[in-house]
Amino acid sequence: MTEKERTKMALTGNEAFAYAMKQINPDVVAAYPITPATEIVQIFAKYVSDGEVDTEFVAVESEHSAMSACIGASASGARVITGTSSQGLALMHEMLYIASALRLPIVLAEVNRALSAPINIHCDHSDTMGSRDAGWIQIYCENANEGYHTLIQAVRIAETVNLPVMATLDGFIISHEMEVVESLDTQEVREFIGKRKPLYSVLDVEKPIMVGPLDLTDYYFEHKRQQIEAMKKSKAVIKEVIEEYNTKFGFDFPVFIETYRMEDAEYAILAMSSAAGTMKEAVDIRRSIGEKVGLVRLKVFRPFPFELLTEVFKNVKAIGVMDRSDSVNSMGGPVFNEVRSSLYELETRPRIMNFVFGLGGRDFPMEDALHIIDRVKELKDGKKLDFVEYVGVRE
Amino acid sequence: MKKKGWKELPEGCFIPGVPTSQDLKTGSWRTSKPVWDPNKCTSCFLCWVYCPDNAIILKDVGGDPKVSGINYDYCKGCGICADVCPPKVKAIHMEREEL
Repeated sequence: MTEKERTKMALTGNEAFAYAMKQINPDVVAAYPITPATEIVQIFAKYVSDGEVDTEFVAVESEHSAMSACIGASASGARVITGTSSQGLALMHEMLYIASALRLPIVLAEVNRALSAPINIHCDHSDTMGSRDAGWIQIYCENANEGYHTLIQAVRIAETVNLPVMATLDGFIISHEMEVVESLDTQEVREFIGKRKPLYSVLDVEKPIMVGPLDLTDYYFEHKRQQIEAMKKSKAVIKEVIEEYNTKFGFDFPVFIETYRMEDAEYAILAMSSAAGTMKEAVDIRRSIGEKVGLVRLKVFRPFPFELLTEVFKNVKAIGVMDRSDSVNSMGGPVFNEVRSSLYELETRPRIMNFVFGLGGRDFPMEDALHIIDRVKELKDGKKLDFVEYVGVRE
Repeated sequence: MKKKGWKELPEGCFIPGVPTSQDLKTGSWRTSKPVWDPNKCTSCFLCWVYCPDNAIILKDVGGDPKVSGINYDYCKGCGICADVCPPKVKAIHMEREEL
């Protein structure tokens, strides 16, 4: 650990992402810089106009084009970052799969906002959860500070394993609220991320190649199998990069999951992103009256750290999994279903239920957090409950 | 040819080395073929200009290029050459390919 006084900056989540992008100084940023995106790219465009970065900024006509331009730039060997939200990510959808399959380490600064209909601009996770099988690494950050540092780490992770990475922050709750960010010096950022060593470059005339040709029944499966393997291997890379970052710069960021008061917990809550902050407070309140409850914050959703979840939950009697989106499949949210599946191999499986909350930015107040803890306690004590509950919705 | 397994392929869905299209004899896709008549052809090169592949063969005759035939290894039989051949010349006509 290096003991160093870090520069403290008061930044919104959007500004934190944009400031990290400025320090990274990517070769290309291609983006659609207005709604549904937040102001990340707008702030970055100002850095470009003011000559504070060397980036080629490509303002395109849609997010589909934004991701397409990112793919072209990245395939030529450039370091590429973009940003979007909500419908913007949905419009990128088909290109997300192409970016990951062509193994292009594009980094996406994403702000979690609900998908239409009905029209909404506030926070939930339905946008990135809709992209969960697109082959991107997904890192859900709790606050602006973690978002800033994660975006820098994302460049190294992406370029080491040759997979694209999206780092996310909760819309409005984090993206538009001001917090203290402990920043690195630009020189430290540049040294940490180093230079990109691409798998190939379409602009290398000495080594001509053909990218993304027709694969059909002959080779498609083999290429997908490679991609699946890369995602598996990315676990070691994510761990290595975040741990190196922590050691080098004196931080304590969790890698895949963060555990909070789990040591002797009899029951537990699993939450992601900003709701975990509220839940930590709720855990403290219930701990103060003797309840043995703990919290696990799931930070990396892709690749899914099932081994760690199996381990951390093996001794608890009941778990409440919080989802800020619903799979609309009649059996709860995506986080719940994957966490539940991770526990299948345990000899004694804990009881588990799902709490879907905060859709479309519905507030998540302390009384709801405490209510969730109390419901999981009832579950632990043997009460029969529906396995999905909707918290904060009017009946 | 034995197909490669996923561990043997380069990562990233790309094919190293060019030209890859030369290895693929697309002539096998053809259902009808253009037949060229050297006695009628005036070497106006319209077929050569319009061919979407590169299947019209030219050769050097005394320092001038002349049309000299069709490359059936790559000609997909689209019929554009026969269509653009000037009506007064009609040096190319299409014939059904024997399968």
